[in-house]
Amino acid sequence: MIPAAFEYVAPGSVDEALRALSEHGDEAKIIAGGQSLLPVLRMRLNAPEWVIDLGRIDSLRGIRDGGDHLAVGAMTTHHEVGNDAGIHEHALLVTKAIAELADAQVRHRGTFGGALAHADPAGDLGAPARALGATFVIQGPSGTREVGADDFFVDLFETAISEDEILTEIRIPKHTGWGAAYQKFVRIAHQWPIVAVAATVRMDGDTIAEARVGLTNMGATPLRATAVEEALAGQPATEDAVAAAAANAPEGTDPPSDLNGDADYRRHLATVLTRRAVLAAAGRNGIPAI
Amino acid sequence: MTRINLTVDGQRVADDIEPRMLLVQYLRERLGKTGTVVGCDTSSCGACTVHLDGASVKSCNVLAVQADGATVTTIEGLAAEDGTLHPVQEAFHECHGLQCGFCTPGMIMQAVDLLKQNPDPSEEAVRLGLEGNLCRCTGYHNIVRAVQRAAGEMSGASTGPTTGAGEVVS
Repeated sequence: MIPAAFEYVAPGSVDEALRALSEHGDEAKIIAGGQSLLPVLRMRLNAPEWVIDLGRIDSLRGIRDGGDHLAVGAMTTHHEVGNDAGIHEHALLVTKAIAELADAQVRHRGTFGGALAHADPAGDLGAPARALGATFVIQGPSGTREVGADDFFVDLFETAISEDEILTEIRIPKHTGWGAAYQKFVRIAHQWPIVAVAATVRMDGDTIAEARVGLTNMGATPLRATAVEEALAGQPATEDAVAAAAANAPEGTDPPSDLNGDADYRRHLATVLTRRAVLAAAGRNGIPAI
Repeated sequence: MTRINLTVDGQRVADDIEPRMLLVQYLRERLGKTGTVVGCDTSSCGACTVHLDGASVKSCNVLAVQADGATVTTIEGLAAEDGTLHPVQEAFHECHGLQCGFCTPGMIMQAVDLLKQNPDPSEEAVRLGLEGNLCRCTGYHNIVRAVQRAAGEMSGASTGPTTGAGEVVS
């Protein structure tokens, strides 16, 4: 399968990329690592006239410590983010999710910003980004703006990024010392999750002081399970207490039905995975592995 | 047409190509490097795995223009110039880490990458590290044995060179 013919440009700076984008408008697609776009082009589900490659823009790569947050350049690969000591220390949930994302070869090419901008509801990074309250830095012809994680994901494969804008950086607030787990349910290794749950908790002794929970593939966008978070606050990290809180996971969700399972199955799965993820994040042993 | 310059298995090459040309197409159809095979053509099976600037990638899911300026190593560049097999190739041979052999080039390239990052992987780590590579014969047991045998060989080889000639390009 070969993509339809297109013109190609690989700008050396964000400004150049923005100029190319305004010139070619809706005839153009941006390629980051290409791990989601190239299959789409090869299957001819999309046939842009122009492909704008961000791969030569060095300023979009790397991870910087911004004090209260870590700033991840949009073109930093999953492999780089997943092996970064600072991310591991301050945003363990991201490390855990990336370990479950696709496979080694895809993690070498795929980028943090590309995956988030693609906004596949079954993508593995949206739920952690929402759970951690990431901020998305978006650059356009008229400057730079910041969008919070709760407003970034708009609909299926749709984000707050306008057609003439580029996602340049993702800022992840530090959650130093928080436990984390990403529980992903798949039928086939390295595939997209049927459902996945991203949980990170701040413990105070045996008590869950604070919890943040994100849901993957439980609606058109990655979701935040605020009802679970509220129910967990101040609870002991026991099987019973966590299971009771996890029962709220389906609240506000609108999961799809497909060959992997119908919506009710996914709602059930979300409660099971939430319980496991929160207990694992709280450091409880004996959690059944998936 | 777009001009690309890259190094493939130690050789510098330059070509004018269509931007839509996939790296695997370029390797096979322009350079004749048919050792890298196309399996699923949907970036699922990993049979087309090569190293791009030292990291494993699925070459059916990379545009050749994206590899401009890069160094590519294929299964054909893994053995030493005198024909001595790479320890991972040797171990696949010794352990019969294949049945039909179609997935083998990708399995070996991914195994080399895996051992670079984890020189002494557990069986579970090998299976996890190869999760992006499918064997339709389901011959995984001997593949895993081969990777662990290669790990032993490579760690026992002290500081000797364990990478193929194709990787030592300036």
